[in-house]
Amino acid sequence: MRYLPLTPEDRVEMLGAIGVKSINDLFVDVPVSARRDAPVDLPHHAGELDVEREMAGLARRNRAAGEGPFFCGAGAYRHHVPATVDHIIQRSEFLTSYTPYQPEIAQGTLQVLFEFQTQVAALTGMEVANASLYDGSTGAAEAVMMAQRVTRRNKAVMSGGVHPHYVGAIETLAHAAGVATQALPAAVDAEDAVIAAIDADTACVVVQTPNVFGTVTDVSKIAEAAQAAGALLIVVTTEAVSFGLLKSPGEMGADIAVAEGQSIGNGLNFGGPYVGLFACKEKFVRQMPGRLCGETVDADGKRGFVLTLSTREQHIRRDKATSNICTNSGLCALAFSIHMSLLGETGLRQLAAVNHQKALALRDALKAVPGVEILTPRFFNEFAIKVPGKAAEVVETLAAHGVIAGVPFSRLDAKAGLDDVLLVAATETTLDIDINVFAKALTKVFAQ
Amino acid sequence: MSMNNVGRPTRPEAANDAANGHETLTGARGLLQDEALIFELDGWNKTGVDLPPVTAAPSSDLAGLLRDAPIGLPGLSEPETVRHYVRLSQKNHAIDLALYPLGSCTMKHNPRLNEKMARLPGFSDIHPLQPQSTVQGALELMDRLAHWLKTLTGMPAVALTPKAGAHGELCGLLAIRAAHEAAGNGHRKTVLAPTSAHGTNPATAAFVGYTVVEIAQTEDGRVDLADLESKLGDHVAAIMVTNPNTCGLFERDVVEIARLTHAAGAYFYCDGANFNAIVGRVRPGDLGVDAMHINLHKTFSTPHGGGGPGAGPVVLSEALAPFAPTPWLTHGDNGFELAEHAGDDDAKTAFGRMSAFHGQMGMYVRAYAYMLSHGADGLRQVAEDAVLNANYIKAKLKDVMTPAFPEGPCMHEALFDDRWLEGTGVTTLDFAKAMIDEGFHPMTMYFPLVVHGAMLIEPTETESKHELDRFITALRALAGAAKAGDVERFKGAPFHAPLRRLDETQAARKPRLRWKPVAAAPLAAE
Repeated sequence: MRYLPLTPEDRVEMLGAIGVKSINDLFVDVPVSARRDAPVDLPHHAGELDVEREMAGLARRNRAAGEGPFFCGAGAYRHHVPATVDHIIQRSEFLTSYTPYQPEIAQGTLQVLFEFQTQVAALTGMEVANASLYDGSTGAAEAVMMAQRVTRRNKAVMSGGVHPHYVGAIETLAHAAGVATQALPAAVDAEDAVIAAIDADTACVVVQTPNVFGTVTDVSKIAEAAQAAGALLIVVTTEAVSFGLLKSPGEMGADIAVAEGQSIGNGLNFGGPYVGLFACKEKFVRQMPGRLCGETVDADGKRGFVLTLSTREQHIRRDKATSNICTNSGLCALAFSIHMSLLGETGLRQLAAVNHQKALALRDALKAVPGVEILTPRFFNEFAIKVPGKAAEVVETLAAHGVIAGVPFSRLDAKAGLDDVLLVAATETTLDIDINVFAKALTKVFAQ
Repeated sequence: MSMNNVGRPTRPEAANDAANGHETLTGARGLLQDEALIFELDGWNKTGVDLPPVTAAPSSDLAGLLRDAPIGLPGLSEPETVRHYVRLSQKNHAIDLALYPLGSCTMKHNPRLNEKMARLPGFSDIHPLQPQSTVQGALELMDRLAHWLKTLTGMPAVALTPKAGAHGELCGLLAIRAAHEAAGNGHRKTVLAPTSAHGTNPATAAFVGYTVVEIAQTEDGRVDLADLESKLGDHVAAIMVTNPNTCGLFERDVVEIARLTHAAGAYFYCDGANFNAIVGRVRPGDLGVDAMHINLHKTFSTPHGGGGPGAGPVVLSEALAPFAPTPWLTHGDNGFELAEHAGDDDAKTAFGRMSAFHGQMGMYVRAYAYMLSHGADGLRQVAEDAVLNANYIKAKLKDVMTPAFPEGPCMHEALFDDRWLEGTGVTTLDFAKAMIDEGFHPMTMYFPLVVHGAMLIEPTETESKHELDRFITALRALAGAAKAGDVERFKGAPFHAPLRRLDETQAARKPRLRWKPVAAAPLAAE
């Protein structure tokens, strides 16, 4: 119990100062029927060494991405994170601080959030950004709710290229709030199909680029069609590194841009914690969910930063709040911001180009495998292939040979009828030898 | 491109070291350096990373889709990056520096062992969608975490995926709603919540389409049973009660609250933000709770990182368990498996999916390491020490400040109002800012709303008696100064912080939410 600093003598002395005989006297308000006199049936405390052994035992039973050929993407990407990033986020003053409610002694966190907001706005090509949401998928769901507030309409149309988990998160929140959703059938390259679905009830159109199949799309036409009909265009991006190579959502006319920021500064972590990037046009700022940091001055006229526009938020408006969100993904946003600062525009562009180059090499290698068909017409660092048979079985077979081959589409959506589709991604961490091993293993499996 | 130095400069000429009247020439104060924004550091053509060369042009398929305009992102060399963020870090208060007595927020010691464990490649470098046969250790960790949570709460099921406490509330209410709909009770559209509830409670209920009706509070800070009874009925879907509540008190009538609620056909949602005050001593399942979120970052100490990430698993009663969101963890012949799609055999009644993937695995690892370190015995001691520390503070300050609820013990936090400041010219806000000068983070101010000028102090179980005594001595001295008429000490405070009283009104009136590459007029002139 090394985390508890009171000694038995302290406890006796403190009980005396309070004027009670035993600790039980402080739990008198608990109904007798609910008091537990004995510890619950769980192991007793363990020393640091024992905890490390037990945790390491669990960790060893997982195959880490860095142990060999690895090609999974589908919304979470393995990139190299500079050592500096993890060092800085582990500084006590960043790691162990709370929400910056007292700006005088939280300028470190606040300035980072202001810089983060500026970086996200620049990356997405939007006018303003918030200080992060939980992740990309919950951010997408919040964007749909925001579109409902802005347009006062009750229907969201989602393209067939949106990540099925994102569709799921949107549907959960939208249906609870009485917003209808129309998810178009999964399709490798049919973002434009959403235009036909827009009608007078449409609050927003949700499209993704690069989409879940990796397809890169110019969504300008959809933006025009949506806006002409009085709806908003929400552009989702799950691979933030792609912003270094491709046209931004803002340049293509997005009203709201949502992205998963995990790729920059944050590890895979089996799905979380991640960091949701959320940006929009300035005119919608008061309808934006989540936390915002703003610039102001202090009593001496010095520049400083505070959390602002919190009248939108739950702690003031309660049942009139724009969302129930109470926190952000502060530490992950910090990691994102540090990595982004290290990269700069020069580094990000180069990183994006390297990612694309690796994916082209992967495509060339897989194209040469008999039985493989490349499905994605234009891609950044991820694309879909069609394999003979079930992709999930191919993946299991290759895993037994040490190759983590990618994400079977059936894992995301079991009912789309795309059991033979496999999503594969390459990043700067992908070695040429990994690509060769993958292609050879695949050739062997299909030959059997 | 040179875009530096065109933003708003800090104004050293205006920097007044109010502590001793001594102005420095640069605006810096010894070790405390002013630090420009990254956009002002002359890094427009720089990068702090070495990357592989680019040898091929982008695919011609992308013609017309490539970004050509500048993005507008500065870069810094590695040494500059380190220095920028280290300087910024020095402008933050942190639990590693001193007591952080925010009420209902549970800022306590963050063991570094947990950080080390979360960084084992077997946890940090695994993909959420790699084959399940290759992540059996991660899935078993989720299963064990679930077992601990179920055992500690006396509840039969848990949904792990919510990403924060408020997200957990959403999960709980969606499960309640799904259960009502399955039973043909979709007409129940009202949620009851006490006036002292966390703001997230009514926000969550309203967000998913419920009408929120407030329940009155008794003079001793608890739910008014008569008022509750009068508001229950066939239209009520659930009540949301925080226990221990936001006044720092245990709801004595909680079993009766649950009974009345169930008798009316409604569900009992408990906000578990303050679970650390009862963990190991009271199981919410024994109280009649149907759903409760647990802030892993609070009760099980994962660092808050200046605002997250958190994790908010929700424990569920038998009645609600079938409606939990996907993914579900199951155990079959091949080991652990995930039922990932609503409608699958294993998850056919799931209300849906709350987010991509499986939740906050990195937080699960930290929380589980913390659970193992404490064990069943240590967690029980956690609750006892948290309650002991809060009552000690209340006892030691009650003669100079006015406890909002003087009778009986408090739980994890001591709540004071501002009656004791009457006539001094000092407000709760002034008092809080003066605490900064004395080296402490202020307590929660003006919450709960039901107490005038509230000061909510939560010391947590990881504060030593020595540190509590230091805090008590400081607050007694400040209280003495306020009552002695030393108003200037409070009105100008903080004097010893990197900045003094920021203008929050201006920030809200003219929101400036990002740096822009144009010289801006001084804010004061706007």
